[in-house]
Amino acid sequence: MTKIDTSKPESVLPTPSHTVGPFYGYALPFRGGEEIAPVGHPDTVTVHGYVLDGEGEPLPDAFVELWGADPDGNVPTTDGSIRRDPATGGYLGRNGVEFTGWGRVQTDANGHWYARTLRPGARGRSAPYLSVCVFARGLLVHLFTRIYLPGDETALAADPLLARLDRARRDTLIARDEGHGTYRFDIRLQGEGETVFLEFT
Amino acid sequence: MTLTQHDIDQEIAAEHAAYEKRVADGAPVEHHPRRDYAPYRSSLLRHPKQPLVAIDVSKDPELVELHSPAFGERDLGAIDNDLTRQHTGEPVGERITVSGRLLDRAGKPVRGQLIEIWQANSAGRYAHQREQHDAPLDPNFTGVGRTITDAEGRYHFTTIQPGPYPWRNHLNAWRPAHIHFSMFGTAFTQRLVTQMYFPADPLFPYDPIIQSVTDDAARQRLVATYDHDLSVPEFSMGYHWDIVLDGPNATWLEEGR
Ligand SMILES: [Fe+3]
Repeated sequence: MTKIDTSKPESVLPTPSHTVGPFYGYALPFRGGEEIAPVGHPDTVTVHGYVLDGEGEPLPDAFVELWGADPDGNVPTTDGSIRRDPATGGYLGRNGVEFTGWGRVQTDANGHWYARTLRPGARGRSAPYLSVCVFARGLLVHLFTRIYLPGDETALAADPLLARLDRARRDTLIARDEGHGTYRFDIRLQGEGETVFLEFT
Repeated sequence: MTLTQHDIDQEIAAEHAAYEKRVADGAPVEHHPRRDYAPYRSSLLRHPKQPLVAIDVSKDPELVELHSPAFGERDLGAIDNDLTRQHTGEPVGERITVSGRLLDRAGKPVRGQLIEIWQANSAGRYAHQREQHDAPLDPNFTGVGRTITDAEGRYHFTTIQPGPYPWRNHLNAWRPAHIHFSMFGTAFTQRLVTQMYFPADPLFPYDPIIQSVTDDAARQRLVATYDHDLSVPEFSMGYHWDIVLDGPNATWLEEGR
């Protein structure tokens, strides 16, 4: 039954998730999806890494979505991530000025992805982080995780999520500083060094 | 050893029986697939083995995940929700209209949010270079659409009935006809990617992807309803499909669940 009577709460039940499959290529990725930071912004950081399976093999058909606050810790409410050209219907891409906070990045044939975004500011008691959602063929329900940037040990130590994890698992959520504002963050779906994945309740 | 449909049928039946037993023993209903659903072979190395770490959002209203990215009019082309008009010629196949509402767990409409779809053409082929099925490509069909929900959470697409297609999970594996859907809610926690199916497809029992939803009632929620009122005279067949996003959102918190 897929006509839902909202006057009957018992009939309002979740639509099940399914895998994204291998053929989303014309639909979901978009030009400039990985260029989230406004052009030339001084708080720009580059985050990058691999998505790896249980045998350590990179996934050439995964994508990640990144979602984060601006450097002041404010959550963007700006649209325009996937602007379209009104004449051709093709992608115009971002305007390079406004910060939408959201991007979508496919892994390449080597299983590697990268994005440039603004260094997020802290919100509440959390250390600054980028929220990540991972999709792939073979993954029946997407996975959430977070990228914490290293540097402020006090903030990381006080983070309510990180504080609950043992050292090895905690470290899977903290990107590695490679210098020049570049951070490495691999996503291991299974096995040794498996990334911590989250569920929201 | 070639993996046959019979082998997969037995695995599907075993997973279904195991789920029914869990529920009979008092376990909660499972609305979503388990990520470690072996009959779908690609899931084997692509699911975490550690339990997910739960975050109770009611303890922290500042979480980034309680907000969602925004999409607006400039993110849409004028005919993005009509997959039959994106080329100079008419695509081949039976025209359909697909419409419904995007709702949250409380039954409230999700307004002004993005829905993206993609699908095979009427012959069961995707316009994707890695696609190996040798059914004909349709130069007048890319199979991609997007829309933004209206004030009542409604969406509307015009497209072509997709064909079923073979894949290589096991020998003689066929996917029932489906349209892939991607949705955003008012919170990033509500993100959903799924597939919509058509009524009474004979392939349902054989397909490990739809069967990965082991709860019979939940699986039915993936199947659209034929709706004669949505059929357009002299033009298209109509299907109705309402979508309910799972996951907590800020409104839910304010109302104290
Ligand atoms: Fe498909």
